[in-house]
Amino acid sequence: MDWIALRLSLVLALTTSVILLPIGVSLARVLAYREFRGKSALEATLALPLVLPPTVLGFYLLVAMGGASPIGSLYENISGHPLAFSFAGLVVAAVIFNVPFFLIPMQRSFEAIPLEVRQAAACCGLSRWRTLWRIELPLAWPGLLAGIIMTVAHTIGEFGVVLMVGGSIPGETKTIAISIYDEVQAFDMNAAALMSAILLILSLAALAITNWLSRRSARV
Amino acid sequence: MLEIDLRQSGPIPLNARFTCAPGETLALVGPSGSGKTTILKAIAGLYRVANGRVRVGDECWFDSQGGVDLPARARKSGFVFQSYALFPHLTALENIMEALAAGVSAAARLSKANELLSAVNLAGLDNRLPHALSGGQQQRVALARALAREPDVLLLDEPFSAVDQATREKLYEELANLRRDLKMPVVLVTHSLPEATLLADRMCVLYHGRTLQTGTPEDVMNRPASIDVARLISMKNIFTARVAAHEPARLVTILDWNGLRLEARLQQAHAADTDVSWVIPSGSIVLHRKDRPSKGEWENPVSCRVVRHVVMGDNTLLALSPLHAPEQPLTLTISTHVAQRNGVWLGVIASVSLLANGIHVIESHGMLRGGSLLSDS
Repeated sequence: MDWIALRLSLVLALTTSVILLPIGVSLARVLAYREFRGKSALEATLALPLVLPPTVLGFYLLVAMGGASPIGSLYENISGHPLAFSFAGLVVAAVIFNVPFFLIPMQRSFEAIPLEVRQAAACCGLSRWRTLWRIELPLAWPGLLAGIIMTVAHTIGEFGVVLMVGGSIPGETKTIAISIYDEVQAFDMNAAALMSAILLILSLAALAITNWLSRRSARV
Repeated sequence: MLEIDLRQSGPIPLNARFTCAPGETLALVGPSGSGKTTILKAIAGLYRVANGRVRVGDECWFDSQGGVDLPARARKSGFVFQSYALFPHLTALENIMEALAAGVSAAARLSKANELLSAVNLAGLDNRLPHALSGGQQQRVALARALAREPDVLLLDEPFSAVDQATREKLYEELANLRRDLKMPVVLVTHSLPEATLLADRMCVLYHGRTLQTGTPEDVMNRPASIDVARLISMKNIFTARVAAHEPARLVTILDWNGLRLEARLQQAHAADTDVSWVIPSGSIVLHRKDRPSKGEWENPVSCRVVRHVVMGDNTLLALSPLHAPEQPLTLTISTHVAQRNGVWLGVIASVSLLANGIHVIESHGMLRGGSLLSDS
């Protein structure tokens, strides 16, 4: 059992969720409440990680993070380390491939709040911030939690993108999913089975909780 | 004083102008799709109209020319939505507290919120969530929440449409009582004429976003400004005639109704020898008593045959076909016992007087076709 890999996966999942939270909530609100030109194209782009083969997404991210790209070279100049094959690079990749998993349940939850309830908040003189804090988030919390759970589960389980962008550096980019692959390659089936079982239970739990939350949010 | 002037050609056409004084209740009435709710939302800042102005007292909330368009949260309006739109996760008390101005201490807000709950007869239900309240109770919370902000304008969007008849009548009474203490203009949207008549000081008839007539309910119901208004307010007795003459000395206008001379109150705006329409409210048609002729019988007597006789409990609906103009029947409702006592049955000849004061002359032309579009229940 590769505890270092499990720990790395959990830290990656947590960091990704924390970074996605403000980005996801803002984006989900804009997409739920605003109409603008190019909205469909934006939604399609943000949902791309759902349908793109992980290796393809990983390839583009690797190219974008490489020393030859503006982003990669800028990061390298500032930090002194390359972005690709680093934990930071993995975080950037995880944030990007998790956008639809976080955004979609969040957006649906915001959309489910009746327009007149939001209008009532405005007529009560509530500021935008207070409306978000006191009205919208308490009503949209099942979507918020579902988004976080999906993000955590998906980050822990992601293989293709992680391998492309991070490789398999123990303690730096070798997540539990990569570790399972490595153990199978090394014919240590017991270790692979134990880690797979942990991922299976985590995934099941994530789905059960999100299903329960979506039923709950449909009742409200 | 609330001053409204809203104009746009689409997507919802509007051409609405009216005022509402502090303490006054103005009812916006019109059929579905006449722009009533849109106007209310434009006042509150929830809908942006292409052209016009919304002024409240000295403040300008919206002026398309001056580039003023305050957001809804900056306009001090109290809005009661048709669906009430209570915050579903907050209790009755919290719903009201949310609308109380920030900057006031929590204790002061709590006491004010409790005071408002009592004012709408909901004391004791402060900890209930909206889904645990009846429709009438939800409406009261919505009203208390709208008043919490001490609004400069109170806007009520069909606030009684989602409750049963018995609750509605109770809420009418409560609102009528509450209204005495309200110092701000109140704009009430409704498609019910009795509701407008009962609660409003003035009413404004809308059709396709256009204000057709603004006046006291009595004025609008008895003296519609046009044939369109007459149809919208469910007036049954709309006829055509020719203006024969005006007699200012006697304060009468003489109408020629299919050869029958009718005396109406003086209405010189319509020139002699022009074709006009005229209307008469059901209450100005007086059935002649069989046994005891009354003094009013000299006033425009018309002999008719009863062509429709529908008993509806205490009241009986009659359609009377005048012998001189059988195709233009008069419709009126009288007490069932009066109908019985005077032997008014289907097919008999009955005489009525058309009270000169109730005869109102209007232009023949209108936009609308067909019957009334407003609810008279």
